Amino acid sequence: MGDSHTCTHGAFGAFAAGVGTTDLEVGILKGVCSFRTPETMRITITGALQDGVSAKDVILFIIKELTVNGATDKVMEFVGPVVEAMSMEARMTLCNMAIEAGATCGICLPDRVTAQYLWPFIKDQYDSIDLAVEDFAQWHSDPDAEYVKEMTLDVSKLAPQVTFGYKPDEVKSVTEMDGTPVDQVYIGSCTNGRIEDLRSAARILKGKKIAANVRGILSPATPKVYSQAMEEGIIAIFMEAGFCVTNPTCGACLGMSNGVLAEGEICASTTNRNFNGRMGKGGIVHLMSPLTAAATAVQGHITDPRKLL
Amino acid sequence: MKEFGGKALFLDRSDINTDEIIPAKYLTENTKLALQPFILEDLKLGGFDPRKDIEGKGVIVTRANFGCGSSREHAVWVFEVNDINVVIGESFARIFRQNMYNCGMLAIELPKKDIETLFGLGEAVEIAVDLAACTITAQGSKKVVISFKLNEFDKKLVEAGGWLAYADKNY
Repeated sequence: MGDSHTCTHGAFGAFAAGVGTTDLEVGILKGVCSFRTPETMRITITGALQDGVSAKDVILFIIKELTVNGATDKVMEFVGPVVEAMSMEARMTLCNMAIEAGATCGICLPDRVTAQYLWPFIKDQYDSIDLAVEDFAQWHSDPDAEYVKEMTLDVSKLAPQVTFGYKPDEVKSVTEMDGTPVDQVYIGSCTNGRIEDLRSAARILKGKKIAANVRGILSPATPKVYSQAMEEGIIAIFMEAGFCVTNPTCGACLGMSNGVLAEGEICASTTNRNFNGRMGKGGIVHLMSPLTAAATAVQGHITDPRKLL
Repeated sequence: MKEFGGKALFLDRSDINTDEIIPAKYLTENTKLALQPFILEDLKLGGFDPRKDIEGKGVIVTRANFGCGSSREHAVWVFEVNDINVVIGESFARIFRQNMYNCGMLAIELPKKDIETLFGLGEAVEIAVDLAACTITAQGSKKVVISFKLNEFDKKLVEAGGWLAYADKNY
């Protein structure tokens, strides 16, 4: 599809890759699209995530290890117990940022978690979830599949991660970034704007006010997420904390609206790119998880969320 | 088919991303030409001034992973409307590279040592492209001829003037 974050759909076990306008045009007109055949790298994620550490922190760490050019023309296959334990939304966050390492696609193997999430949409195609799970297994990699690179990551000691520079691979532990003052906290985007992300942030924001020096902006990813957040009382939590709650939109992520930074401003953001000028000319963005962003909003500076849990 | 070659613009940095090449706020323009003044507006590169350094240039020479980030094809169009139809680099981001060939333009990948050679030719360098021979001739402090690889399919796209023209004829 015509957006680089199309790779998000890899969470469902689909080969999904971003393309430009002409590829879209020819795809619509002729039903064809070309790809240089990608190689696959396997990333095995082991251990267990600590409370306060999320898929966003995992993928930021992986991008740091690989660099922004480390997975170019490759598919990143995410496997291991930590991935299996992830919800579909967490897997989407993981796959969403595969492009930031240059990957053609990020992919998770479709399993019971996938089938359960998709069930409302596929219930007419299968007699039971069990049968859907069985069917999905045909898309699993062969046991003797060859990978161009293998990487294993034990996340048991992984701290929340934060970017510090102007590339998504310039990542540090939140401990090193703690204390960095911010002017704006932005929670939303295709990376981290889903209901679980909002619940996560609300966990810290509940009953608290954001710091006086912070402009807080929340953009739920879709109208459905927005409605659900309203029903769950999450929008109220954000508003009482002092956030501005906007319509679903890409918005400030790419400097279009709803939080465009002024020169010299610093934003703690749950988005996916900290490129120079992207959120606003002369501004700087620190990428992080929704939990870290919420903690940052309350303290007025980058903060390890685990301290506030 | 486009014309390839001209004065070289050296962008001595890796990982130049498409936000730097053309910021998102200009993506609402509905003609390619409207993008022209905004080329490389946000490029973070010491000594580079997009208002002065683009004028008269026809070829970009750069380092690795050029065009990373967003898939916006506007990043290719903004070069096109500034009469830059060739980018020569150590490597390209996947989507940008494909967008270049889809527009009938050249994204030439050269080994690091050949990129080093080009950077070593000084500031006033003229580059000619021989598509049939798959060579570039660079004239700066000295003259060098460098071979490049161009796969059959990409060559066909360039000759056809882009993916749309090619697909129209063949599918």
